Parts: sequence; structure tokens; C-alpha cells
Amino acid sequence: MNSKTSNNIATGVIYVLVAAVIGILVFLLGYILWTGIPHISGHFLTSAAQSFRAGGGVRDQLFNSLYLLVLTLIISFPIALGSGIYLSEYAPNNWFTSLIRTAVEVLSSLPSVVVGLFGYLLFVIQFNMGFSILAGAIALTFFNLPLLTRSIEESLQDVSQLQREAGLSLGLSRWKTITGIVLPAAVPGILTGIILSAGRVFGEAAALIYTAGQSAPTVNYGDWNPADPASFLNPLRPAETLAVHIWKLNTEGVTPDAAAISSGASAVLIVVILLFNLLARMLGNWMYKKMTATR
Amino acid sequence: MQNYSFDDTHIIDIPLEKAMTTENLQVFYGDNHAMHDASLEFPRYRIAALIGASGSGKSTYLRCLNRMNDRIATVKGKIMYRDTDINSKNINVYEVRKHISMVFQRPNPFAKSIRENITFALKRNGIKDKNELNKRVEESLKAAALWDEVKDELDKSALALSGGQAQRLCIARCVAMKPDILLLDEPASALDPISTAKIEETLQQLRKNYSIIIVTHNMQQASRIADYTAFFHMGHVLEYDETEKLFTNPEIKATEDYISGNFG
Repeated sequence: MNSKTSNNIATGVIYVLVAAVIGILVFLLGYILWTGIPHISGHFLTSAAQSFRAGGGVRDQLFNSLYLLVLTLIISFPIALGSGIYLSEYAPNNWFTSLIRTAVEVLSSLPSVVVGLFGYLLFVIQFNMGFSILAGAIALTFFNLPLLTRSIEESLQDVSQLQREAGLSLGLSRWKTITGIVLPAAVPGILTGIILSAGRVFGEAAALIYTAGQSAPTVNYGDWNPADPASFLNPLRPAETLAVHIWKLNTEGVTPDAAAISSGASAVLIVVILLFNLLARMLGNWMYKKMTATR
Repeated sequence: MQNYSFDDTHIIDIPLEKAMTTENLQVFYGDNHAMHDASLEFPRYRIAALIGASGSGKSTYLRCLNRMNDRIATVKGKIMYRDTDINSKNINVYEVRKHISMVFQRPNPFAKSIRENITFALKRNGIKDKNELNKRVEESLKAAALWDEVKDELDKSALALSGGQAQRLCIARCVAMKPDILLLDEPASALDPISTAKIEETLQQLRKNYSIIIVTHNMQQASRIADYTAFFHMGHVLEYDETEKLFTNPEIKATEDYISGNFG
């Protein structure tokens, strides 16, 4: 076989594999959107869920998902940023740091049910938090940290060593070099990490069933005081997310339109994730341009 | 390769005011003894060139002079600058680098605008006044012979500059800090001949106000711009003399073989 034929065969195989991946993706997305979009309406998005009657919406679940994401990022991003900077810029290459890296990886491969039960026993019961968004956010931080830490570490590593030398040779301290030069150049990579981990947060159900709970109490969207139990911002209230809602509808849903709501909620979930991706990218590009003056 | 004696050296003392000197400088990468006993004197407001084959230790030596080898290698011996040994432990290396600045082989502008490339370090060092910053930007870009090419696009990304322009920006960035000494590590080796000529022209201008030490592969470059030249070979400085003398009438066999191309 000459090199031209073998090249053609290899290219063909690669095309087939790529087509398979895209095909699966298009099929899944198409199926979810096709079955779900007809059920999405203004009413569906702005009304509360119903336990027994038909015609419920996903307003609270949708908000809970977003709020949970924000809380999770508020908790996990600073920790991940700190440890990412440490691992990339300061950590010497020895047994201790490779232990840290291994530990971070093990953390990411924990089954989510186990993390959920752990969160339940420790936060919900032991720390007396009850089923709450906060307990859910802390549990999700366990998943988020490895992903975020690794992606921050890697995007910092991708910034050329020359940039660090340039900063140091101008008499800047290492810290100023990292925060002023390396970090801004790493923004796109860090952003990808945030988007990936956000997808995980939106889609997670098992860990949340035991921590954030399965009920979405009626909250007052006009009450901006997070300390008030009725406030939509109260982090200590139980909060069923979209993903948990979908799981519940499909396992123990008793409303007559459970299947329709589940399809609608799935479509909403996917659209929200796509929107979040787009917005985060736009925001990130804007920040990157602002910081680096690239056009 | 022919074996040259490392004991056979010719290193002159400089009869001028000195910018900095090294005494018995030695560098170790782990067990690897990369630089042996380098004792050189560098005059003020002159250009000194360090030449030698790849791996001869000239870049390693240069990087010691503003402590860029910290955390990479062990450096022993004295580096005297203004009557202070800047190779001692209690020295603030960040302060040292404000006085002794370095330009690297590959242009490494920050991913920022041209203006910010220059003002970033200035601002971090406490210069907040807009007029002063603008003045420094203009002065340093003029000193690096880049002003006319970029004066209308100071807020564009520095990453869009050509290699030669980027390297001159890196020189301007150092000059803006008003250092005493400029260290240049093969600043033109990644550039085309026209950019190289511009860099050399820039260095000739800067020589009036700065002491310059430049590592170069290119012997023609050394003979064109340097007042003094040191020849490095396998981690030893074998010869250091006035450039013209070293190139026309070297004292050491190894130097003669290297500059006449009979090396290795």
C-alpha cells in the first residue's frame, strides 16, 4: 500500500469518527429540543411547579440552578485560583506536590452519590444546615475544585515562560508578574475551565438530592435580604434545581403532565447551558480585550 | 574538538570607570559546573560583547548579572555593582533588576497595548502621573528608535508588532525604567538583517547614557558595535580585550581559531 492510499484511509477513518461524534451530539440535542421546546412558554418559565395538578412551571427550579451555580463559583473559584496559582507558579516538583495533584484528581473521580451522602451527613445533619443551597454549593465545590484547579493551573502553564522572565527582569516581584502579566494572558483558558465546571453544576442531580434537597419552597423574588427565610437569596433554604426536578418527575412525578414538564425542563436546561456558554465567552473576550488590548 | 588549555588566558583590566565587575563568578546547574571563575570588568557608557560557541556559558554568565539565574542555578563569587556585592543573600533582587535590566533573545512583549507594555512596570513602581507616564513612553520609544513607527497606534496590542519592532519595544520597556546597565542576550538572533541593523543602531545611541553588555553569536555584530569583547569557551573566559585588538590580534589560540572559523 503506498503512502497516498494509507493517508486516504486514515483520513477517511478520522472523518467517520468525527461524524459519529457530531451525529450523536446532534441527535441528542435535536431530540431534547424537539420534544421539549413545544412545552416551553412564558407561563412555563414564570410559574411555580405543581405537585399534583397539571400546568406547573419551572420558575423556582430555573432560578435555583442559576443561584446554585453562582454560590458554587463564589466558594470554589477563589480556592481554585489560589491553588492553581500555587501549583503552576510556586510549587516545587517533589513528592508533596505530586501528592496534591493526585489528590485533586481523585477528588474529581469520586462518585457524585458518595459526595452527596457525605455532604448530607456532614453539612445537612452534623452542621445543622438542613437541606439548603449552601450545603448543595459546598458539595458541588468538591466536584468543581479539581476541574477548576487543573484548568487554571494549565492555562497559567500555557503562558510562555518568556513573559515571566520579562516581568522579573523589569524588577517586578513574582506576585506582580503573576497577577499583572501571567493571569490576564491566561483569562481565556481559565474561562473555559469555568464554563466546563458550570456545565457540571447545571447537570448534577445525585449529589444535590441529599444536600440542596428536592423541594422548591415558594420564595419572595422581591425580598433582597439574604438573611430573611422567605427571600429568594436566602442560602439556607432548600432548593430543588432543574436537574433534580427532571430526575424527580421521571421517578416519582405524579402530575398528569410529568413527561411533558420533564421534556420542557430538559430543553430549558440545555438552552440555559448554551446561553451561559455564550455569555461567559462574550464576557471573557471583552475582559481579555480590555486587559490585553488585542483586537 | 581540539583541547585548549583553560589556564592560558588573557584578560585585561579596564582603565575606565566601571559599571560593574565580577570576581570569580561560578555557576552550577546541580552537579554541572557551567561557569568557572569568571572575573571581568565592564566599563561605564561602553558596549561589551560576550562571544563564544553555543554552550560556552556566555548566556549563563549574563543572566547572573541581574540575578535571573536565581532558582535555576547556584551562583558563587562576587558581582560588584556600586561597591555592593549584589550576589549576596540579603540583596533585594527586584531592586537590582530595576538598575540592571535585561532584554532576551526572543522578543517577549506582554499581551498588552504598546503603551501599557512600557507603563506597566512604571505604574507598579509608583509613577502615577499621566504626563510623566506619557513622557516616559515617548522618550523610551524614541530611544529605541520605534517612536516614528508606532506613535499613532500606542493603544494597539503589542503582539501585532513585527519581531524587530517587538524587540525594540522590549528595549524601550527596559529603558523606560531608567536603569544603569542594559543586559542583552542575543537580542538580534531571531531577527532579519534590517531589524538587526536597527537594533544595532539603537544600541549605538543608547551607549551614550547606558552601560551595555551584549551576548552575541554574531562576530561581525560584536566587532561592529562593541568596545570590549570577551571570548567564552566551555565555561571559561579565555580572552577579554578591546574589540579591535581581540579580533585583529588575539593573544589566545582558541580565540584566534574561533574568530577565523577554524573551531571544532
